[in-house]
Amino acid sequence: MSVVVQIPAPLRPQAQGRREVTLEGRPLTVGEAFSALWAVHPSLRDRVLDERGQVRPHVNVFVGAESIRDGGGLAMPITDTCVIAIIPAVSGGCNA
Amino acid sequence: MVDSRQVRVRDGDVLVMVGTTKGAFLFRSDRRRAQWERGGPHFPGHAVYALAYDDRSGRRRLWAAPASAHWGSSLRWSEDFGRTWSAEAPGPRFPEETGATLTRVWQIRPGPVQQPRVLYCGAEPASLFVSNDGGESWSLCKGLHDHPHRAKWQPGGGGLCLHTILPHPTRKETIHVAISTAGVYRTDDGGRSWRTAHKGVRAQFLPDPHPEFGQCVHKVVRDSAQPDRMFLQNHWGLYRTDDGGETWRDIANGVPSDFGFAMEAHPHEPDTVYIVPLESDEFRCTPEGRLRVYRTRNAGRSWQPLTKGLPQEGAFETVLRDALAADACDKAGLYFGTRSGKLFASRDGGAAWRAIAEGLPPILCVKTAVVLKAGRSARPARGARAKPVVRGRARA
Repeated sequence: MSVVVQIPAPLRPQAQGRREVTLEGRPLTVGEAFSALWAVHPSLRDRVLDERGQVRPHVNVFVGAESIRDGGGLAMPITDTCVIAIIPAVSGGCNA
Repeated sequence: MVDSRQVRVRDGDVLVMVGTTKGAFLFRSDRRRAQWERGGPHFPGHAVYALAYDDRSGRRRLWAAPASAHWGSSLRWSEDFGRTWSAEAPGPRFPEETGATLTRVWQIRPGPVQQPRVLYCGAEPASLFVSNDGGESWSLCKGLHDHPHRAKWQPGGGGLCLHTILPHPTRKETIHVAISTAGVYRTDDGGRSWRTAHKGVRAQFLPDPHPEFGQCVHKVVRDSAQPDRMFLQNHWGLYRTDDGGETWRDIANGVPSDFGFAMEAHPHEPDTVYIVPLESDEFRCTPEGRLRVYRTRNAGRSWQPLTKGLPQEGAFETVLRDALAADACDKAGLYFGTRSGKLFASRDGGAAWRAIAEGLPPILCVKTAVVLKAGRSARPARGARAKPVVRGRARA
């Protein structure tokens, strides 16, 4: 039983090249899971969250198939078998 | 995965560092500056508004501020000319109590040679960050951030950015910064307090053309010999100060437009400054479809077009505020990049030009360096070896 966070390719250098990180402990929310993730890979934090601790506007976070924007944000509850995916939003591409 | 080409940099080489909307490029040449080799893109897909080279205390450190629309802005450095980059330097970060979030870094500025561990960053929203440990850690300049004018500063077209940082070469407590749209601010106590320094600079886009603040300053450069002499390209208007920004006078004498963004001072010829005029703040392209750099050699009393080698027909180009730079060679090289991705170079102070790259992404900034042998340190910054002021040498 463990929570897995999938790391998108652009952020893998900040996660020692890993595609996914299996978290220790029993986080109860996405926010707690992220805190555990930052503890292992601290430089990921500022790429996913801004200084106010909010998920950056062009970053999507899913628990399974559900966006956390529809499920309570970082306070969204999780189970101990879930997969959290960090995915760049299509809205954030470079200006052409 | 985007392939990034590497350049092999040798002692004595000249580097031209180019930031674009989609990454950074590094051009190198030997001192003759006849043949250029291109490296990059570094940080593909990231907008690179700020680049800098720090060669103080024997360093050979290249700084970059890539900004991703997804992942935000960061600071990175390389000590092997882009072959490898730091994982992620701990860059500027707004303290939580400010409620602000970093949009991007617009400027990275090493401090004077006499302060080899000091670096500055200019950021959006308009703020100054300072490092006193060579970039290991950064702190927000609270004196400027808490300035009572801040609430009424307005963003320009590019955002509310602090884009210019001019540490005084000999008075370490004195720094000028420029903000769009706020104006020029000056500290004389190392950043604890700031006051405006743009008296005489018009804001003709406001009901009161001489407001206390709100001037849309696009770029400010310092004269190579007289530190209190500076030149300013405004959102309409060209200016010079001889008293450290206390007063400015109009020097738009003989230019096709006093609107523009880019400005650069000659690295060692006093009173010599370069601009690229643009036609109106509505069109923002080179007037008459002619790509012309203008140079003054008398502190703005007159300006002459430099056109040899530059397209003079159908060239509706835009050169942004940080996309014009000089190198420090004895016979100074000049470089500028366009939003259409062309990079032009002159190795004779602007007398003749040629394109050394085309087809780059839109160019945001151009910076230069002359690579010293490892372990050797930069000479004092311009102005630090100032010649005695010859008053009345130039009059606008």
